[in-house]
Amino acid sequence: MQTIQLLISGIAQGCIYGLIALGFVLIYKATETVSFVQGDLMMVGAFCGLGLMTFLGFPFWLSVISAIIAMGAAGVLLERVVIRPILGQPAFSIVMLTIGIGYVLRGLITMIPTIGTETYVLPVPYKDQIWKLGELVLNVEQMAVIGTTAVLCLVLFAVFKYSKLGIAMQASSQNQLAAYYMGIPVKRLNGLVWGLAAAVAAIAGLLLAPITFVHANLGFVGLKAFPAAVIGGFGSLPGAIVGGLVIGLVESFAGFYAPEGIKDIAPYIAVLIMLWIKPNGIFGDKLRKKV
Amino acid sequence: MRFIFKTNYGQDIRLAKHGGHVFWYALLMLTMLAAPWVLSEYFLAQLTFVLIYSIAGLGLMLLAGFTGQFSIGHAAFLGVGAYAQAVFTNMGLPFPLALALAAGLAAAIGMVVGVPALRVKGIYLGIATLSCGFIVEEVFARWDSVTGGRKGMHVTAPDIFGWTLDTGEEFFYLCLVLTVLCTLAIVNILRSSTGRAFVAIRDSEVSAQSMGIHLARYKTISFALSAAITGMAGALYAHKMQFISPDQFGLLQSIELLLLIVVGGLGSVHGAFLGALFLISMPQLIALAKDYLPAAIGTAPGLQGVVFGVILIAFVMFEPMGIYGRWLKMRTWLQIFPFYRQGMFKRQKAFQKSDRLS
Repeated sequence: MQTIQLLISGIAQGCIYGLIALGFVLIYKATETVSFVQGDLMMVGAFCGLGLMTFLGFPFWLSVISAIIAMGAAGVLLERVVIRPILGQPAFSIVMLTIGIGYVLRGLITMIPTIGTETYVLPVPYKDQIWKLGELVLNVEQMAVIGTTAVLCLVLFAVFKYSKLGIAMQASSQNQLAAYYMGIPVKRLNGLVWGLAAAVAAIAGLLLAPITFVHANLGFVGLKAFPAAVIGGFGSLPGAIVGGLVIGLVESFAGFYAPEGIKDIAPYIAVLIMLWIKPNGIFGDKLRKKV
Repeated sequence: MRFIFKTNYGQDIRLAKHGGHVFWYALLMLTMLAAPWVLSEYFLAQLTFVLIYSIAGLGLMLLAGFTGQFSIGHAAFLGVGAYAQAVFTNMGLPFPLALALAAGLAAAIGMVVGVPALRVKGIYLGIATLSCGFIVEEVFARWDSVTGGRKGMHVTAPDIFGWTLDTGEEFFYLCLVLTVLCTLAIVNILRSSTGRAFVAIRDSEVSAQSMGIHLARYKTISFALSAAITGMAGALYAHKMQFISPDQFGLLQSIELLLLIVVGGLGSVHGAFLGALFLISMPQLIALAKDYLPAAIGTAPGLQGVVFGVILIAFVMFEPMGIYGRWLKMRTWLQIFPFYRQGMFKRQKAFQKSDRLS
């Protein structure tokens, strides 16, 4: 019974990591850049939902949807204003750029007078509810995380498999130049991918917020999504979710069975082991440059 | 405009290329030597921090700026140096011996961390170093018997065979001597075949390998040297702060070191110094500017983060060569006045380089 409880909380936490990692992977696949800002976008998304719900008094569903749309628009804007001008520069410049954006977002949130420096609880309708299934006690918040992630994965899968837009994104992520020659508007797609990644991050933030709290340093959770992305293989969308689940489970079980302190670094140990055994991750494709 | 007529091959690798170099660096040296008489105690302490961060920046610059291996966990080496120095000094070892041991230990850890670098590159290496950074930080926090855990530990003043350097001036000179030694070491490495190999690896691993450069060996050397130098900076940092705790060597410190080299100018030794100057003076300037800002902005705890972030974004977008790159442009403008043209330092548009295929 204990094991199942650990399993469920691990999967719920893993879904959050997976969703953030999904953002990294989307951006990495489409634009070959690594975004360190994903965690902070998640934090801003959670604050956005919080602001709409508590301070403006929007109903739950409306505020969730508007927060996601607002974050998507913010992602598109971010790409247009700061990322696009320096595409083609060394990958590391863009990493530093996203770290800078993260700094700015975190700072700006704390600058909102009397709001940014506090810690909040997101008032969702399913707060603190419990389902009893025999001896099993299911936390509705965690089930919401798992359910939403599953639905989102199906939607994304369908988009990438069947819609014109999704297929264009796949093409552009495989070979930008070839996609461009085929008449795919690669630049506009990159913007959309950033928007999609930001929207996914906002969903992750809104899902995580009821479990933990909303505060300016929420974004540091995003750091654990890097191990998730690497374990799944950095260029693979299903890999991101699987990697996230692996990290969530490792963390959850390490927290229970391993000595104190191991829990926080277990994801990093896992990723180092993974890099050592199979640097390309579970679903990563191995490509070699031929000279 | 200065023309250097080269009459022998030695001139190509001479450290001071012409009289101007000798004059300006000698002047800089004299200014630094005179600093304790001119500056107040507070500013001298800040200058000491600039020197310490310069050494740390030089270490990271060697790895990131010259070998092209980006480390997002470099504060770990700073921490290893600091803790090793603290433990050895508190055991009663004299300063030079403790420093050598601290640097050696940091180098050993650096070689271990460098192992993934032999297999992975780009973002994977970044994540590997990030992970190592977190693990090392956690070790500091949990290894209570040696490091004092989260409570931190105190460090006594450096002691060079009976001569205790407990005043700010003495410690400043110690830092100055070590900074000069490190800088000389770095510029000498860079003009040796080892340094040339580093730069070749940075520019293209495939071509470096085909020129007969043993990638694994040189990457390991680079990691070890970089970690050793950063470890020395950590040792000085421990003595200067007199108190160290694990959270001083976390992710934020690593990012500040990266900020230092990016703002200073990637791939230039000068950049490490300019970046350190920037990193130390910026919080002071922000504190000064706070009085003139509206209260809501001035008192916000995130102000420094926003300023740092905006400056970082601005440098990456508009001046990727950092402060040193800006200085090069200004110098060229002056030297060839009035013939400076708009596109002289124009960035080359590169095709997106793919990590996946290299």
